[in-house]
Amino acid sequence: MLRRTFLGLLGAAGASAALVKPTQAGNKHFGPHPDTHGVLFDATRCIGCRQCEQACNEVNELPAPDKPLDDLTVLDTERRTDEKTYTVVNKYQTALGPVFRKMQCNHCLEPACASACFVRAFKKQPNGAVTYDASVCVGCRYCMVACPFSIPAYEYDEPLTPRVRKCTMCYPRLMEGKLPGCVERCPKEALVFGKRDELIRIARERIAQYPDKYVDHVYGEHEMGGTSWMYLSGVPFTEIGMREDLGTASAPELTAGPLAAVPMVVGLWPVLLGGIYAVSKRNAKVANDERVKAVKDALKRAGEEAEKKLHEELGKAEQASQRRIEVEVKKAVEEALAPKEEDAGSNEEES
Amino acid sequence: MSVETTAVAKKSLFTPFNLIATVILIAGLVVTVMRFTGGLGAVTNLDQNNPWGIWIGFDLLCGVALAAGGYTTSAACYLFGLKKYHAGVRPAILTAFLGYALVVFALGYDVGRPWRLPYPIFVQQGTTSLLFEVGLCVMLYLTVLFIEFTPALFEWLGMRKIRNIVVKMTLALTILGVVLSTLHQSSLGALFTIAPSKLHPLWYSQYLPVFFFVSSICAGMSMVIFEGTLSHKPMHHLMDKEYLDNHDGLILGFGKAASLVLFGYFAIKLIGLAYDNNWHYLTTGFGAWYLVEMLGFVALPSFLYAVGVRDRNLTVIRWAAGLTVLGIVVNRFNISLVAFNYQLPAAQRYFPSWGEITISLFVVTLGVVVFRFISTRMPIFYEHPDYKGEH
Ligand code: SF4
Ligand code: SF4
Repeated sequence: MLRRTFLGLLGAAGASAALVKPTQAGNKHFGPHPDTHGVLFDATRCIGCRQCEQACNEVNELPAPDKPLDDLTVLDTERRTDEKTYTVVNKYQTALGPVFRKMQCNHCLEPACASACFVRAFKKQPNGAVTYDASVCVGCRYCMVACPFSIPAYEYDEPLTPRVRKCTMCYPRLMEGKLPGCVERCPKEALVFGKRDELIRIARERIAQYPDKYVDHVYGEHEMGGTSWMYLSGVPFTEIGMREDLGTASAPELTAGPLAAVPMVVGLWPVLLGGIYAVSKRNAKVANDERVKAVKDALKRAGEEAEKKLHEELGKAEQASQRRIEVEVKKAVEEALAPKEEDAGSNEEES
Repeated sequence: MSVETTAVAKKSLFTPFNLIATVILIAGLVVTVMRFTGGLGAVTNLDQNNPWGIWIGFDLLCGVALAAGGYTTSAACYLFGLKKYHAGVRPAILTAFLGYALVVFALGYDVGRPWRLPYPIFVQQGTTSLLFEVGLCVMLYLTVLFIEFTPALFEWLGMRKIRNIVVKMTLALTILGVVLSTLHQSSLGALFTIAPSKLHPLWYSQYLPVFFFVSSICAGMSMVIFEGTLSHKPMHHLMDKEYLDNHDGLILGFGKAASLVLFGYFAIKLIGLAYDNNWHYLTTGFGAWYLVEMLGFVALPSFLYAVGVRDRNLTVIRWAAGLTVLGIVVNRFNISLVAFNYQLPAAQRYFPSWGEITISLFVVTLGVVVFRFISTRMPIFYEHPDYKGEH
């Protein structure tokens, strides 16, 4: 709330008053919605047939890949999803022989991509899918930086209308009541679609039933705050290319601290800076006053001295002019009395 | 005055600077055409694992940090009452304004649909995103910097009334500038807090926003010294007595402050290391590189600054400034490129392409050319004769 008020204020101050719509959804959380669905992938059942890849390619009308979708030699090199491939199956050599693992967007409960996107192009749908809206995307690719599973891909060769591409959990098909393409096509039931809590129950049951067959961990139950896609495996998850060091904090949790600091900076900084300004101004004023006083004193002293000097000078000048007058007078008198030589001597004595 | 400068410009049309600049600008235009006809893939080495390259690491992260001279200088002068920095304010503001303008310009190459850059603010706001905060603050701060710059423009154009109105707003603008800078300098660091699994633990920290903010202060002050040194010679004839008289004082003052702030930065980096208990990484290859960054580009310049200030040795201070500027580039590169995706096999790591390097050089060159154009015409390094001592 605070933050939204602040942003509103900033907007009003800067450019747009309608910066943040009051109807906007919660600022921190994207879900989980009670009805969240997901998919459970069981690596012990997957045979690496690439049927799911094929189905994905078809239902999403993706461009044909370089090598045919039924070519299993593709499995020899590890691949990742890209702008033409929403899902890939990789083969890993383990102590139990080759294990196959499917990878696609995990449809996080609190998606890093959605939390990172500054135009809200990603949306966590009530049914669990994380969808993308190309009509607002700016193409900054921060979503790609943010995704802990490195899933979103970008159309680098599109000069003017590049989009971010990733699995949509077949959102359009879900809305029609159909299954995701890959789930529908899987011949081994390595993929199960359903309500997320239901899936967790199924997973736990399988582990309980075959404790020797499974690692006791449902990957995705808590990773990065939990995901809609979850995984079961017979070998440690790191051996099939999945990171187990992601932690359980969701992306919004990771950035909550810095975001919470914003209103504090906006609230406190101007006050502190204003204070510093006041102090420095006061300092300057005190210094200035002192200077003014010093100058005044100096001026006063100088003035007094000058006056004294003036006085003296004036006195001297007066004397001088007095003397000049006297001299002049004397001269005149002398001239006037020139004939009377006897008087001149006494006159001089008097002055 | 203007007759004189144009005469000077005409005489020196074929300087090495102009020749190199022309070559870079032409190369930049060629790459520009390739970028907007063939897409990012045609000119960059970016891929699905490495969505951000040097256009973000250098143009954005370094650009913004190095433009921090604007808010540090104006804060020192107007808020902290250090009037001797006054002469340095205008060059710093101009540099910051151009710096940010170029950051936005460079983003136009990097983002997929540049004409949608206003979308996050005007169409649909992703307020949970730190990038949203960066975008909003950069936009607002660019506006503030432009307004702060306009007095020079209005003096040049002889528009006294409006110039005086803007000058009256100096204090408010300065405070707004510091607030906005604090926010986006730190949120640039915070951008990476969302990806703990991708950034090497030695560089990942919940304190990243604080690290970015504090180091931006060092960057800002060092840039002012560094750039003052660079423009000293070619612009000397334009600098007035106030600028030249205060220049050395400014260098000493900023040198002292930079020494302290760098020391503080070193200390909080250590705290971060201890808080996450990452000591054991120091013995790895990344650890060695981390130590190079911390000792060579933080501790060393801090020490050099201190020595330079104690001995009043401007040369040492200038070296320290250069080292700090380089250190900021190293740090921003480490976070966005070197330590990012550290877990990927070497073959999948990113290295910039020639096209990307060309555009980055292009942007820097453009900045220098525009800076020269403006500072040789407008009252940047000298006070306009009509407004002497009127600040
Ligand atoms: S896996 Fe990545 S792209 Fe998919 S929802 Fe999670 S963060 Fe988003
Ligand atoms: S690239 Fe598009 S979807 Fe991804 S964060 Fe940027 S604007 Fe959002």
